[in-house]
Amino acid sequence: MASSNNRSFGWLAILTGLVALATFGVVALLINIFERKQEARAPFVRLVDVNEVSTDPKPWGVNFPLQYESYLRTADTSRTEYGGSHALPPSKLEKDPWLKRLFAGYAFSIDYREARGHAYMLSDQEVTKRVTEVQQAGACLHCHASIVPTYRRIGLQEMGVEPTEEKLAEGFHQEAVMAGFKALSRKPYEEVYAELEKTPDGVVEPSGDGDPHLGDAHPVSCLDCHDPDTMRIRVTRPGFIEGIAKLANSDDPVPHLPSIQRWRDSGSTEPYDPNQDSTRQEMRSFVCGQCHVEYYCANKMTLTFPWSNGLKVEDLEQEWDETEFPDDGGAFYDYVHKETGTKVYKAQHPEFELWSQGIHARAGVSCADCHMPYEKQGATKVSSHWVRSPMLNVHRACQTCHNVPEAELKARVDTIQGRTRALMDRAATAMTDMLDAILAAQEAGASEEQLKPIRDLQRKAMWRLDYISSENSKGFHADQEAARILGESIDYSRQAQAAAYKLGK
Amino acid sequence: MTDSEPTPLPPTEADETGGDASGNKIRFGKAAVLFTVFLGILAGVGTFTFGYGKGASYLSNNPETCVNCHVMQEHMDSWQHSSHHHVAVCNDCHLPHHFLGKWVTKADNGFFHSLAFTLQNYRDPIQIKPRNQRVTQAACVDCHQDVVHAMLPVNAGEDMQSCVHCHSDVGHAFR
Repeated sequence: MASSNNRSFGWLAILTGLVALATFGVVALLINIFERKQEARAPFVRLVDVNEVSTDPKPWGVNFPLQYESYLRTADTSRTEYGGSHALPPSKLEKDPWLKRLFAGYAFSIDYREARGHAYMLSDQEVTKRVTEVQQAGACLHCHASIVPTYRRIGLQEMGVEPTEEKLAEGFHQEAVMAGFKALSRKPYEEVYAELEKTPDGVVEPSGDGDPHLGDAHPVSCLDCHDPDTMRIRVTRPGFIEGIAKLANSDDPVPHLPSIQRWRDSGSTEPYDPNQDSTRQEMRSFVCGQCHVEYYCANKMTLTFPWSNGLKVEDLEQEWDETEFPDDGGAFYDYVHKETGTKVYKAQHPEFELWSQGIHARAGVSCADCHMPYEKQGATKVSSHWVRSPMLNVHRACQTCHNVPEAELKARVDTIQGRTRALMDRAATAMTDMLDAILAAQEAGASEEQLKPIRDLQRKAMWRLDYISSENSKGFHADQEAARILGESIDYSRQAQAAAYKLGK
Repeated sequence: MTDSEPTPLPPTEADETGGDASGNKIRFGKAAVLFTVFLGILAGVGTFTFGYGKGASYLSNNPETCVNCHVMQEHMDSWQHSSHHHVAVCNDCHLPHHFLGKWVTKADNGFFHSLAFTLQNYRDPIQIKPRNQRVTQAACVDCHQDVVHAMLPVNAGEDMQSCVHCHSDVGHAFR
């Protein structure tokens, strides 16, 4: 009797346990469904009022936690075969000794490392030997720091306006930004850096213990690409605003930037203004083109984007050929090549220009589409602010459009980059042979008059090799264009080499 | 059903556990009452969840069902821009055109979609799995066979190029 009681009670207990488990599962599912439905509502609350001087990204992150979280990940390091970012960036000079000869007489021959994430752009610049051992111009900070409020502050001073925090925060004030940019562009690096730290932040207040900082200097921050009131993406960099206006005035066909053609057709008398005239999709490339371009940023003239004739390598070269320095009136050059004494040009990471020649640009694909692809966070599509190599994120970066296996896409990229690398090595060999030939000709007593045409060829050859080797995609941004440029580099090197040999005869 | 202990005595009528037929009143033990209460809670919560999760809609043919989960919103939007939006709903291309296959596929995808969406471990962008690719291919051929029969392989099951390899935007334009 008791045992049978026990037995049926035991069964009941087991059944009750099972029912409880099932109930547990159903409630868990219910809550999960509830959460998913909540996600789909995607609320947005503006908790912090950021404004035109808020260079510290942290308060922005309170309003936009998902974007901020991925932005912080630019401090993460992961490498690809030809890019990505790294904990202690390995020296490119060790890997490719020919770079030392290419940059002889220029600070890049002292210290030149692989790039890493955006988070490091300012701190790495503070410690590179290029800055610590050589006097650099403050123009570098145009891109390495969140500097626009500082330009505005200096600009207002120049215009005779008291730059109070309220005045600085009230709007973009392009006129003052431009004036400050021109005033600071040729000042020494340390002086401009000191100015950065005097600019208030608007949200983050200085600590009360006599700390002279009104706001730390920050690397690229939310403010640099977003309007603090509307969060609309925008361009803020004076160099780009001037450069793109020059491009619009040229007759370079820019099918990948349709708004420029529309502006040309409209016969507008106002200069092309990217913040007014461009499309949102173009803007998703323009924000990157504020810095990932070829420019002059030393102290002999104001920071310049050489886009008067167009975006191709020879268009840029033509502008430098026609440029004279404002003060001493001499012909433009970036540095005197130490071994040969030739005045040459230095190419700085012309990603925007090379991308402009490529098939992706032509198809309307922006920088952000691959380097900041959308990802789902709950029900929200968020553009990932972890700006990085698409090769670390192939499915989101490529497979949104390319419906082929990941391995196939990677192999394709490897092929392109491998071919570019092989051509680059040939161009480097040709360049070092050329340098040796020129040195031999100089030792044999060649006159400056005889050397002039050879120097011109040398400059063309080195400019083209540097253009592709300093561009950060190993040819991927426009593979055929990269091959064309390297082919020309090899040709110019060998022409110069042959001409130098003839002198020796 | 093994006894874990010997049973020296047969059960008597005086047992207080349920199912006593001696009287008119059925009497339940406390444990049984508790069990019934639990069972009731499960049934209640289960029914509520089924309703709250729009469970019944999954038995329908309505494309709105597919955007119960926000992951499918883009697929819905692109279908509305596609050339087939006035002749085919989701199920017309993504389920077989015969009864058994339809419900087996519905169950299969229903389970795995729910699992993926609950655990949030699906790939983004979503990729169709081979089984479902065969289903869509068969759906193309089923409707268009009088036009494409000459292109079909001689023996059933032989390799052929998938229709959407070239006609990629018929179901989901701009994707």
